[in-house]
Amino acid sequence: MNILVFVKRVADTESRIRIQREARSIVEEGLNFIINPYDEFAVEEALRLREAKGGMVRVISVGREEALIGLRKCLAMGADEAALVRDDAPETYDGLRTARIIARAVERRFPGPDLLLFGKQAVGSDNSQVPSMAAELLGLPQANVVTKLEIEGNTATAFREIEGGMERVVFSLPAVVSAQKGLNEPRYETLKGIMAAKKKAIPVLGLDELGLSADDLSPKVEVTDMEIPPQRQAGKILQGEPADTARELVVLLRNEAKVI
Amino acid sequence: MIAVFIETRDGKIKKASLEALSEARRRADELGLETAALLVGAGLASLASALNPFGPARVVCLENPALGEYSSQGYARVLADFARETPPAAVFFSATAMGKDLAPRVAAGLGAGLASDCTKVGVKDGRLEFTRPIYAGKAFLSLTLNSTPQVVTLRPNVFPLLTPSDGRAEVVQKEAAIPEGLIKGRVAEVLKEQGGEVDVAEADVIVSGGRGLKGPENFSLLRELVALIPRAAVGASRSAVDSGWIGHAHQVGQTGKTVSPNLYIAVGISGAIQHLAGMSSSKVIVAVNKDPEAPIFKVADYGVVGDLFEVVPRLTEEIKKLTSS
Repeated sequence: MNILVFVKRVADTESRIRIQREARSIVEEGLNFIINPYDEFAVEEALRLREAKGGMVRVISVGREEALIGLRKCLAMGADEAALVRDDAPETYDGLRTARIIARAVERRFPGPDLLLFGKQAVGSDNSQVPSMAAELLGLPQANVVTKLEIEGNTATAFREIEGGMERVVFSLPAVVSAQKGLNEPRYETLKGIMAAKKKAIPVLGLDELGLSADDLSPKVEVTDMEIPPQRQAGKILQGEPADTARELVVLLRNEAKVI
Repeated sequence: MIAVFIETRDGKIKKASLEALSEARRRADELGLETAALLVGAGLASLASALNPFGPARVVCLENPALGEYSSQGYARVLADFARETPPAAVFFSATAMGKDLAPRVAAGLGAGLASDCTKVGVKDGRLEFTRPIYAGKAFLSLTLNSTPQVVTLRPNVFPLLTPSDGRAEVVQKEAAIPEGLIKGRVAEVLKEQGGEVDVAEADVIVSGGRGLKGPENFSLLRELVALIPRAAVGASRSAVDSGWIGHAHQVGQTGKTVSPNLYIAVGISGAIQHLAGMSSSKVIVAVNKDPEAPIFKVADYGVVGDLFEVVPRLTEEIKKLTSS
């Protein structure tokens, strides 16, 4: 199988987020950047499929030069190749722009994949847009938020999370699949993998090599404001005998908060 | 026109879609526009009357026997075709599993911008302005979309339903064309979680457990409480999920679900930043924890300092008294 995996560099979920309101952007200074956690499930799934069925895994990132660090980690996990599509634009929060870059890069530079794997969303922008958009632009079927994937010949079966249950989706390859937590347990890099990854060259593609028009690249999203929500205030503390505090709490929820 | 995709499951209209239809009506009134409800599938006309109370001028049924089961490709194609012919100023979806799967495909098909998972829609200088959480609610982004249509998904459980009125929508039935060979994937089966539990993303009340529960068996304490409250669900912290005590579908937080129920009860959860991000927009927060210094108390409206194994059963007793009286 020829598998492409798309990974994004994001701020660690333990990060405290600060903003520059005038610039409508996140303050990057002091943040720890990692591979998007959902993308790690996608990388792991690709490696497992390759181990079971043969083929090759190529990991691709769209973004700034710093994304090379994450790509190198994916190589150390066991990916065969990596590539960076260099895009120096700041975060646009516009999935369509990214999806167009990805779709064009696949068509021009990485044609003929059997499977395109993504994380179900990038933590941070939280858009959940790019996998489905890339699928539409490439005319491929999709399964998003997948916790189990089975491939038999040219047919895939995916279980995806929906409200209060799961959907079993059956589709033909090539296809787009986005990974949810629970799909697998990502492996750690091995020392041998880290050493081997250091020696691999990671080609860097420019956006100008993809023949995208200015219109393709102009964001449809215009950010008008960014805010940190007001901190919640600590409320009443109830202490004492469990029976009394439980009774008091129910009275408060009923009469004061009016939520039960 | 603001068009609203109406999601159906088992032949029933989802409440989240009625919320989206209600919000569309409010914003359309401000902009002097009509609203239209879009149903996709087969044999839909009987559902149309249920939408009347929420004020659409039209209910458009995009029908094709091939759309009996959900397929992202088929649904996206007929919705994009409708939008291209019409074209509406905006198309609203609810940010449900189906809406999040479908809206990006529709937007990409139309070359349109998409505002995902919005928690507020306003009108500024005659244009729609959307506000949505980023970093799981650690920050909020406001944005406008410079495309026609503007594609939008609205977070469930945030936008109030309109007070039902006795409007009467014009029902338009359309034969929606699907090119041969377009649909390469479809839903083969829907598997419900046992007991038909309410999903945390849709619940009005969430009772979540963390490491303080000490083991998977003690989630039963929370389930007993949840069973007494309508539209309530069991949630969990990341550490409880990562310990394998409960499935990931229950996880609340930055790598789980971001929720805003009327009432969130955190039991034995210390309040890591990635958990707080996912639940801080709840209307009322209750924390039960032994440790008075736990960060969860900083965001709780009501904090109970005590042993959860003593407090929760008594809380369940009190709720039981309330529901039986």
